[in-house]
Amino acid sequence: MKDRLREAISRLRAFFHKQPLDHELDAEMAAHLELAIEENLQRGLSPAEARRQALVSFGGVEQAKEQHRDARGLPALDVLMQDLRYTFRTLRRDRAFTLIAVLILGLGIGANVAVFSVVNTILLRPLPFHDPQQLTWLAGNNGVGGLSDVTYRVDVYEEFQRANHSFQDLTAFVPYYSLSETKLMGRGEPRPVSFVWVAGNFFETLGIRPAVGRLFMPEECVRGGRKAILLSYAFWRRQFAANPAIVGQAIQLDDESVTVVGVLPPTFDFGAVFAPGSKMDFFRPVFMDDIRTWGHMLSLVGRLKPGVTAAQAQAESKILLPQLKDSGNPYWSTDVQTTITGLKDHVSGKLRRSLVVLWCGVGLILLIVCVNLSNLLLARAATRSKEFAMRSALGAGRARLIRQLLTESLVLAGTGAVLGLGFAFAITTYLAHQGSIALPLLDSVRVDGAALAWTLLVAVAAAVLFGLVPAFKVSGGNLQEALKDAGPGMSQGRKHERLRATLVISEVALACVLLIGAGLLLRSFLRVLDVDLGFQPSHAAAIRVDYDDDGKAAKRSAILQEILGRVGAIPGIEAAGISDMLPLDRNRSWDLRAKGKAFSKDVNDDAFVYIVTPGYFDAMGMHLREGRDFNWHDTDDREHVIIVNEAAARREWPGEDPIGRLAEGIGQKDTRVIGVISDVRESSLEDSSGPEVYVPATQGTPEGAELVVRTKLPPDVLASSVMSTLRSLNPGQPATEFRPIQQLVDRATSPRRFFVLLVASFAALGLILASLGIYGVISYSVTRQTQEIGIRMALGATAGKVQWGVIRNTLRLALLGIALGTAASFGVAKGIASLLFGTEPTDPATFGAMILLLSAVALAAGYIPARRASRIDPMIALRSN
Amino acid sequence: MAESKLDLMKGTLDLMVLQTLAAMGSLHGYGIARRIEQVSADKVLLNQGTIYAALVRLQYRGWISAAWGTSAKNRRAKFYSITRNGRKQLAEDAAYWRRLSGVMGRVLAMQDEGAKL
Repeated sequence: MKDRLREAISRLRAFFHKQPLDHELDAEMAAHLELAIEENLQRGLSPAEARRQALVSFGGVEQAKEQHRDARGLPALDVLMQDLRYTFRTLRRDRAFTLIAVLILGLGIGANVAVFSVVNTILLRPLPFHDPQQLTWLAGNNGVGGLSDVTYRVDVYEEFQRANHSFQDLTAFVPYYSLSETKLMGRGEPRPVSFVWVAGNFFETLGIRPAVGRLFMPEECVRGGRKAILLSYAFWRRQFAANPAIVGQAIQLDDESVTVVGVLPPTFDFGAVFAPGSKMDFFRPVFMDDIRTWGHMLSLVGRLKPGVTAAQAQAESKILLPQLKDSGNPYWSTDVQTTITGLKDHVSGKLRRSLVVLWCGVGLILLIVCVNLSNLLLARAATRSKEFAMRSALGAGRARLIRQLLTESLVLAGTGAVLGLGFAFAITTYLAHQGSIALPLLDSVRVDGAALAWTLLVAVAAAVLFGLVPAFKVSGGNLQEALKDAGPGMSQGRKHERLRATLVISEVALACVLLIGAGLLLRSFLRVLDVDLGFQPSHAAAIRVDYDDDGKAAKRSAILQEILGRVGAIPGIEAAGISDMLPLDRNRSWDLRAKGKAFSKDVNDDAFVYIVTPGYFDAMGMHLREGRDFNWHDTDDREHVIIVNEAAARREWPGEDPIGRLAEGIGQKDTRVIGVISDVRESSLEDSSGPEVYVPATQGTPEGAELVVRTKLPPDVLASSVMSTLRSLNPGQPATEFRPIQQLVDRATSPRRFFVLLVASFAALGLILASLGIYGVISYSVTRQTQEIGIRMALGATAGKVQWGVIRNTLRLALLGIALGTAASFGVAKGIASLLFGTEPTDPATFGAMILLLSAVALAAGYIPARRASRIDPMIALRSN
Repeated sequence: MAESKLDLMKGTLDLMVLQTLAAMGSLHGYGIARRIEQVSADKVLLNQGTIYAALVRLQYRGWISAAWGTSAKNRRAKFYSITRNGRKQLAEDAAYWRRLSGVMGRVLAMQDEGAKL
């Protein structure tokens, strides 16, 4: 072992000291010969004979040197260096080819690495918590419905936590996030901040340690205890310049004074995991007693005991929860139907299919790139056949030639990979800074070690894939035929061309699959954008409004009326209204039952609730179907009224006119329905609307206020006048910006937009590559047939006929590829059916359009060489060879 | 020519060189080659040049060492001598060869007896 190591080191040293070692060997051999000659002379031979015999017994000098070098250095490395030097020389000579090949490879590899980074971040990499595989997500009502359905009551949380045997610990947070509702005071302009109420053991359960300070103490988690908050790292840096002295100090939130007890580590991003697309500034312990009677308030996360699976915990909950309920908790309904899954599944499970499709799409791109390069290399090999024949004649073995060609492929792929890494780096950096894409964990996307390993794998696989076929093809050629002045038109060329045609057909087929898949996804996306939202997002914008009504309905009514009156009078504003929540933003639900309908705890009575002012419907561009809008006379002391949407009307008053009917569940008293409004997509564009109910702000208690204005002007133009109006009414109005309502829609569609954008750009890339492939092959065959075409034209073939011949060739290749690709697409389309929206997997329009597009591009790619062919001058063509 | 010369089996040259150096002390390449030829009574087919590959191999494994010096006739040449590790290796290899040739001898002898039956 030690001897082997010593030998390896010596060989390595020798590899870098070739010249001195060669000189020494020469000297040694010279001495050897002189000694031999001397001895021969002593034996009485003539000087000439003495020398001859010495040389004979020595054997071949060059062979001995070669043997010596093999024994002393690293012969494999020597060959590699030779191949590399040769490769660089040839690639430098063929600049255009090298440039195109590296660019194509860079795009293909870059796309692959970027998508891998995304897949790795969202799907493969464990969550950034301690022992993340133990973390589970608990979803009430088996995860079906709005937030109020899938969350838990405080009692359920506490009793389940006490009685279960599956979990080390169970923790909770309030998923009704407080986004920009609270203001940080006393530090310049009041600044809106976002935070989450969490259970006291939240961070311990996830295994998060504070970067500065400490986590919550038990006495900070009960009513009456000291008010504590934990800052997120980003907020700490942004707001407090990363000053550790802030820990222990009090800060002012609205009119409340709270103490900063610690700062969370930079690796912890609540939004990335639990609320994609939003950023949380700090965390406060929720006092369970405060929200005990508020209904479904908590999202639960559990840490399983070692060795316990989510399925086992689920089985336990199936037995335990009904038992706990029967022992005196009649209000538990949806809580009992609990589904327990891994937290990772909850976070990224829904995206798995999309990401896998994306991954496959980018894999297809790589295949197309490889086929394309194979083709390029084959074309190049045809022009290099003489070079290889020459090398072969000089003694290079077939293995050596293949090795040489594979070295070239590897160098190309390696250079492409470097370029691709650059692309991937740019793409991932861009994605990580897209806060508006509502995908979990996206802001931690980066090209990491795993991505580098993937790059290496992809590059080597690509090199072998695109390099092997041409390598075997070239090295297996007929030596003699190539060495003779190999003109075009020989059988070798034909075989070559058939192989290239096969490659092009498969390339077109692959591109066809990509195009049709992307087409279906694009059409789905357009369908989603086309959905009737129930409101008009364009020309509307919202701004958060702050006011102080002392909890009195009359005062609130006066303030809101004042705000809307003053804002509505600003020139350019067509309509203005206030709601406490906006669709596609936040939601909450209450019970809604037609009066007199029997209460059944097995029937879901939930309806999404919006507390709005008169004018809100106009500002949002919603459509009142029947009845009347709210007005300022619907005061608290008069009859309480509501407006329901069509879905709610259908559920509670099927086949009847709901106007004038009474409903229960909204507020303390019965409420009378005064209007029916069109359905609004409240949580997603892709799911149909649930029952919704609107309560006048003059009678209900809103949670915050979003002022919505409808205007033809850009919101920024109005921002200052609106803001100064609001400030004049309430000096404490925080500095917030207008949010275009379209932004809410864009955010809701952002995951689909993200996927469609990527898949469509892959398809475009595939299309370009396929057309390049077609162009290459047709163009080459025209060059090869120059003489033949010349003869035909000399014999009277018209330019049009020649042109048509070339185009027919092109069409044959393209149509064969398209036929194959279309057949494959039917299978692929079935596979992505669940990702489609309002589009059949066999959508004829998409198939037709994509086939037409591909044919047109193929035709264009074939037309250029066809035109060249038709312009061949027979005299020149015949003379040239 | 009555008998063709023996082709050297792989690995045998290394062993011959080691043995030669062990027996003769320090020698240059030519000396080693000549010595092997003489001992084998010119029965092995040895291109003297091939000895240099063996020498560098043995040197890299640390079994022999080399130094430039002056021959008896005042010629500069590279002299090789066996190291302690080399002697150990020689002992091992020699024992192996003896065992192998013993076995081969017995096996071939057995065939002779069979032919007599």
